Amino acid sequence: MAIRSFLILFILFFFSSLNPILSLYEDQVGLVDWHQQYLGKVKQAVFHTHKTGRKRVVVSTEENVVALLDLRQGEIFWRHVLGSNDVIDGIDIALGKYVITLSSGGSILRAWNLPDGQMVWESSLRGPKHSKSLLLVPTNLKIEKDNIVIIFSNGRLNAVSCIDGEVLWEKDFEGESLEVQQVIQPPGSNLIYVVGFASSSLFEMYQINALNGELLKHESAAFSGGFLGEVSPVFSETVVALDSTGLILLTVSFQNGMISFQQTPISNLVKDSFGPAKIIPSSVTGIFAIKMNAVTIVIRVTDENKLEVVEKTNHETSISDALPVSEGQQAFALVQRAGPEIHLRVKLAHNWDDNLLKESVKMDQHRGLVHKIYINNYIRTDKSYGFRALIVMEDHSLLLLQQGEIVWSREDGLASIIDVTTSELPVERDGVSVAKVEHNLFEWLKGHMLKLKGTLMLASPQDIAAIQSMRLKNSEKSKMTRDHNGFRKLLIVLTRAGKLFALHTGDGHIVWSYLLQSLQKSKVCQHPIGLNLYKWQVPHHHAMDENPSVLVIGKCGPSSDAPGALSFVDTYTGKELSSLSLVHSVAQVIPLPYTDSTEQRLHLLIDADKHAHLYPKTPEAISIFERELSNIYWYSVEDDNGIIKGHALRGKCTGEVADEVCFDTRELWSIVFPSESEKIIATVTRKLNEVVHTQAKVIADQEVMYKYISRNLLFVATVALKGSGEIGSVTPEESWLVAYLIDTVTGRILHRVTHHGSQGPVHAVFSENWVVYHYFNLKAHRYEMSVIEIYDQSRADNKDVWKLVLGKHNLTSPISLYSRPDVITKSQSYFFTHSVKTIAVTSTTKGITSKQLLIGTIGDQVLALDKRFLDPRRTVNPTQAEKEEGIIPLTDSLPIIPQSYVTHALRVEGLRGIITVPAKLESTTLVFAHGVDLFFTQLAPSRTYDSLTDDFNYALLLITIVALVAAISLTWTLSERKELQENWR
Amino acid sequence: MAPIARLLLLALLSTALTISSGSGDGYTINGRVKIPQGLGTKGFALPGKTSNVKVILNGGQIVTYLRPDGYFLFQNIPAGTHLIEVTAIGYFFSPVRVDVSARNPGKVQAALTENRRGLSELVLEPLRDEQYYEIREPFSIMSVVKSPMGLMVGFMLVVVFLMPKLVENMDPEEMRRAQEEMRNQGVPSLASLLPGGGRN
Repeated sequence: MAIRSFLILFILFFFSSLNPILSLYEDQVGLVDWHQQYLGKVKQAVFHTHKTGRKRVVVSTEENVVALLDLRQGEIFWRHVLGSNDVIDGIDIALGKYVITLSSGGSILRAWNLPDGQMVWESSLRGPKHSKSLLLVPTNLKIEKDNIVIIFSNGRLNAVSCIDGEVLWEKDFEGESLEVQQVIQPPGSNLIYVVGFASSSLFEMYQINALNGELLKHESAAFSGGFLGEVSPVFSETVVALDSTGLILLTVSFQNGMISFQQTPISNLVKDSFGPAKIIPSSVTGIFAIKMNAVTIVIRVTDENKLEVVEKTNHETSISDALPVSEGQQAFALVQRAGPEIHLRVKLAHNWDDNLLKESVKMDQHRGLVHKIYINNYIRTDKSYGFRALIVMEDHSLLLLQQGEIVWSREDGLASIIDVTTSELPVERDGVSVAKVEHNLFEWLKGHMLKLKGTLMLASPQDIAAIQSMRLKNSEKSKMTRDHNGFRKLLIVLTRAGKLFALHTGDGHIVWSYLLQSLQKSKVCQHPIGLNLYKWQVPHHHAMDENPSVLVIGKCGPSSDAPGALSFVDTYTGKELSSLSLVHSVAQVIPLPYTDSTEQRLHLLIDADKHAHLYPKTPEAISIFERELSNIYWYSVEDDNGIIKGHALRGKCTGEVADEVCFDTRELWSIVFPSESEKIIATVTRKLNEVVHTQAKVIADQEVMYKYISRNLLFVATVALKGSGEIGSVTPEESWLVAYLIDTVTGRILHRVTHHGSQGPVHAVFSENWVVYHYFNLKAHRYEMSVIEIYDQSRADNKDVWKLVLGKHNLTSPISLYSRPDVITKSQSYFFTHSVKTIAVTSTTKGITSKQLLIGTIGDQVLALDKRFLDPRRTVNPTQAEKEEGIIPLTDSLPIIPQSYVTHALRVEGLRGIITVPAKLESTTLVFAHGVDLFFTQLAPSRTYDSLTDDFNYALLLITIVALVAAISLTWTLSERKELQENWR
Repeated sequence: MAPIARLLLLALLSTALTISSGSGDGYTINGRVKIPQGLGTKGFALPGKTSNVKVILNGGQIVTYLRPDGYFLFQNIPAGTHLIEVTAIGYFFSPVRVDVSARNPGKVQAALTENRRGLSELVLEPLRDEQYYEIREPFSIMSVVKSPMGLMVGFMLVVVFLMPKLVENMDPEEMRRAQEEMRNQGVPSLASLLPGGGRN
């Protein structure tokens, strides 16, 4: 074993010194990597189908994406992921060629060219105060032949030219407590109505000339009952509101500048009232809906402002916006979920009783309820109207329905991944049949002959295309069984919608998906949040027949004491095994390094009251846990107060709780950072499952250094309070950054270093005995990366072989973190060009292969950087011995080699996280980057020294062997003959 | 808002004006990204296609896009020293340090952070283009010879054709002596193989 690893090390060194650059040929794209593009949950959709050309739809999403989709297949024509704080408030299409987006709380207005997504103009809108943001694109309102866009944002009404984004006029609404609710532009008129509430019981109406912003009329009327929530416009001069109790509907009419209220108690409309109602705004003339608990009531407003209930249903109902159809008529759609089907109805606004369309579509149970619907019409061949509906489901997926069929669907929930874990695939059980092998053998040979032709440059273009498609369509890689090298795995991802997906690492297809009921909105839990995914059961040794399962942890609501929820999901079948609603909250989850006899991993859940709860709740788990009770330590970070605390367990819960699995905790230590000078901005520890091959590091002159390897090291970065803002808000003198290495068992600070004139954000990664962190250096005005390596000095004497032989070493002496560690640290800093979003490090099965940092840059690319570039032993002029060891001469900045971008010419838009998983093959690591897009690839930081590459040409090998055998037999016969002749002579 | 629009117009006419005080709070940074035609457009970005270029202020505080003519604009920026990054697939841009001074508005202070080169006007050009793929070497006889199998064949050839030649060229007397020595010694000892070992 030792020899083998030495050999591996040698080969590794040989290869790594040969070529440190990881690189990819263009024709290798897609062989081991895949890239998927998503959008996020659609907030708004606008169809563009007027012309006879391509049918398209513009969407904006909760991931701040604006995109143009093909309505036939759902493909993306173009897409822009706006900045993370540039939330889209509204979109529309203007002039039939521009997409208008209003974002950043109504302060940025942009126009994009519809066909290609090029930005045409951008306007910044300011205003006196914060308010609702509303975007209106009137179709036939022109100022001097110039179409305008009406925007209400930040307390100001603006009219902006469609052509160049110039503000034509503006009007402030500075009333102290005025809250503008709606901006209404009656079609065909040059008037704009701005309606809102002031001081909670005053209804205000402003009539404005749309051509110049002149205030024509201002009326206000008091209503003693006050107002609640939103208003819904029902006619161009009538809105519906609720009084402050939520029990009385108010029809507010402001025709001819006269405001009149008409009260209708909800109890008059429906017999059994269910408490306060909520208005669901709709743009349909004469129709609006209210919601009381789970009951949705659709109400029609007659011409005399009378209210009439037209539908009352227990099903969750979504209503589309109004769609103008012929001669001033409006159509709208209602959609409901009932069991395995969804019911879609399209009606005319003034004719409730007839349906233009009534369809039922079978829908996967795991898509949940329908959240939104957008409709569009087309003219059928028989001149009648047909409707297509774009629906957004509870799991954030986007589907197009037409003629009772799902035309296409997009799994856009995958754009908001919360957590990722992996699972092994099942082991292949039965052998493959002989016929299949023979077929494969022939194909195999044919394939390799083609490849040989390719390498010898004899292949025709068709052959080259055949080779490429053969490589890409390799059926091996998407097989549903475990492979020898461990490349095929399942990526289990938890999305914000509370849905679990299993993605195959081979080609990224969805193996199964499951909408977790525990993370869905329910009566008990109004705002469930998914938190984490853990490996619950990993079958191993004696529990081989069990399926692996994952633990999903969620909580009910954003507050820290919200009760938690657990789900256990089988990763082979994708079915929920069980779920638990907890009585306690979940503040922290600690996967323990112990498993029970069925290979279930023990997890400790810490609640907000600092009680520890053990899962699984079995007597066996408790007995295992009680044995290790005194060895369990953890820490907690309170970044608001600047305190880091260490904790240990005390014993079973005392008090009223008769819970077997509840344990009391005690505080061991705490570090309090001075709140006026230091603010915690980053904490990083080592990955729990990281494997370190050896503690010893042999350096150039046959010296040995011992890495200080402890699972209980924590890296903490703090900045000066002033420097915690954005770059440019602080001068170098008043900002500093302090990096700490803290032992989390004793609370001892092992290392502390101050970077003067530096500030955050800090992104860090901790692995083995080193930490690398990225921050901003204000003096040089560049980003910097620093490395700290920590070495154990107490073992430094163990380099004498004789000591090792005679057993006079201290390698086997027990390590206790309570003994004072004798450590030294080495560190170095380098400039780095780009801003960074996230940093990860490669991980391999045995930890032998050298490491690479995976840096997610601001450009949404992932750069692989050899750890050797971040070695504190780098010097400007390394000695010969150091050069042999592989030390790179010191440069002031880290190199950015384009070929070492893992994502090559692709972008992982909205990059949020990078996960690395070791393959079974030591040289290879699997990398999964997620954001709005997903990207997966295999990486060999020191090249694949332990396996033949995909490019290896078996045919060439065969030919060489055949040629050698032929040559041997030929020379043998020749020599025989020569010998015979010599004997005759 | 009108002053900004006018400033924009001004900036379109003359690129020299980079930073100007906008209306109300904050300043405006106005610049241009210029991607030279014909520079490394190997399939990543069409020449002149600017719709996928993002301009980022202070590591993500504000993200903006380019107009068709390559101009970009950051509005309502507080005074201070800021960092502008340009991301475009296929090109390497240096981040730019921009000083927005409250005392003398309109003064241009911009420098590339990579090579500390000052900019007289905020026109950002890529330092180099980025080639993400290795270029496949065309087939050559040397690559076959250098491959492990080529070396194997080469070694075989050496053994087969050159070794007999070496044996032939040896002096027959010397050959006989060597053979005798071999016979005398029986098992070849390690010492005799070492240089200088045969002297005694």
